[in-house]
Amino acid sequence: MRAALVAEYRKLLSTRMWWVLLVALAAYLAFIGGVMGLSLTVAPQPEDGPPPLEGAELAAAVYGLTNAIGYVFPLVIGSLAMTTEFRYRTITQSLLVEPRRGVLLGAKLLATVPLGLLYGVVGTAAVVGVAGPVLAAAGDGAFLTDGDVVQVILLSVVVSALWAVIGVAFGSVLTNQVAAIVVILAFTQFVEPIARIALGAFDVTDGVARFLPGAAADGLIGASFYAAFGGGDSDLLPRWASLLVLLAYAGGLALVGRFTTLRRDIG
Amino acid sequence: MPGTMPGTMRGTLTGPTLAFEGVSKTFGPVQAVDDLSFTVRPGAVTGFLGPNGAGKTTTLRMLLGLTRPTAGRALVGDRGYAEHPRPARVVGAALEASSFHPGRTGLGHLEVYAAQVGVSRERCRELIEFVGLSGAENRRLGGYSMGMRQRLGLATALLGDPPAIVLDEPANGLDPEGIVWLRRLLRAFADQGRTVLISSHVLTEVQHTVDDVVIITGGRLVHASSLAALSDLAEPETYVEAPDSDALARLAAERDWTVRPDGPGLVVTGVEAPEVGAAAYAGGLELHQLASRGVGLEDVFFRLTRDAS
Repeated sequence: MRAALVAEYRKLLSTRMWWVLLVALAAYLAFIGGVMGLSLTVAPQPEDGPPPLEGAELAAAVYGLTNAIGYVFPLVIGSLAMTTEFRYRTITQSLLVEPRRGVLLGAKLLATVPLGLLYGVVGTAAVVGVAGPVLAAAGDGAFLTDGDVVQVILLSVVVSALWAVIGVAFGSVLTNQVAAIVVILAFTQFVEPIARIALGAFDVTDGVARFLPGAAADGLIGASFYAAFGGGDSDLLPRWASLLVLLAYAGGLALVGRFTTLRRDIG
Repeated sequence: MPGTMPGTMRGTLTGPTLAFEGVSKTFGPVQAVDDLSFTVRPGAVTGFLGPNGAGKTTTLRMLLGLTRPTAGRALVGDRGYAEHPRPARVVGAALEASSFHPGRTGLGHLEVYAAQVGVSRERCRELIEFVGLSGAENRRLGGYSMGMRQRLGLATALLGDPPAIVLDEPANGLDPEGIVWLRRLLRAFADQGRTVLISSHVLTEVQHTVDDVVIITGGRLVHASSLAALSDLAEPETYVEAPDSDALARLAAERDWTVRPDGPGLVVTGVEAPEVGAAAYAGGLELHQLASRGVGLEDVFFRLTRDAS
């Protein structure tokens, strides 16, 4: 297993993709962090809207953007770990040196954890680095020593690693690289946001929305951008339950991948 | 020099016998491989031959645990490939020359797999040099030529200094110099006692390399023997060229020879050169060339694969 981990780690780092996506993530989140920080402090708030966030809550919601907006990056890099093997047919060579297919998948799931953490650290640093000074200058302060805010920041990093793992698991189910990226983008940017607002609008379905992956990640972090500004319900799962839900997504998808994709003939 | 692979075991070793026992594979309605049984012995180069689509690659994939046989089994020594604890140290295989990540460097590619083969990065560098890719090891594979990819595939297969080597169409894309190099290398491996299995759809491409031949078509075995035994099935061919080509054609017709035009002359099938020469002399025909072409193995190959399908 150790050798398989080393191999998967080398696979991730031996092409340019990991740092290209990382640079894009940092630039994107720095931009979004600045825009949100400014628009929520400097811009006038509508009179009839929901009460504007203030103080530490505002800081937490903005810092949590790594999760709310940036999570597509670790998700994509995770899915690529699996789908590039099929796109370039390197899966053949990978299985020649490690015919135990469960070990191959397990090593991929674990090997993306450090990369996911790195994405989390860089993404969160980009958001906090830009939004922090903005909030401090134009708002109530950066709140970087506030206990709740620090938790949001640290858990944003953890949740980024979870997204990377879920990405690998998803890639094991949908191995077509283009299809996987399209589905990830469509789901994260379109389907889930709408589903969360739609499901949150009715009492009967409100409970379901909390179990969507993005909502569970919000629950783990304890700060929800959608709940705060989207007009949806702010009821999030408790942290432990959110963690279990995210792990269940990773485990469930990985199991499906193990018994479909990785049970088939390769070639 | 061929055979002096760095880190290699010197002296004699005995490669595993590769055994196919009634192996079949069905893809939906297509019977890709049909009850195939043969063995590949150590200490020899075996050519696994058949036209495109004969089931060669599928058979090799079943040997290597990538594809599950519908029936029968394929063994490397006493067990299946995947049952070996470190299979890449038992069988070195190169299946597809195109299956590389184009964004990875040549050296990076080897290093990815070195971990599970259980060899060092130093070994990767040695193999880069051994297969003649020195200077290209830090270039991305997207810019590699087909021949360079073949060499890298071979290097990947040799990482674990395996006692058995399985290569799918290894001569594809190699330049003539590369083919000669590969031929010497495989010969040296066999002489060391390793088991060597190479597939090809062109018999003439490997006829100077192999000791044994296994021929399949339509997923079925049609012939398995030594190359010498296959040659016995073949007829000699003689090339003959005369300034008076009409007279040569008349002579061939008189003697009832089977001929086909070849450049300015004729190739006579089934007649040795001395007999052709004697006939020309008797008929008073001036010859400018008379040469034995050896035996027409390719004809036998076509005959075997055509008759069976």
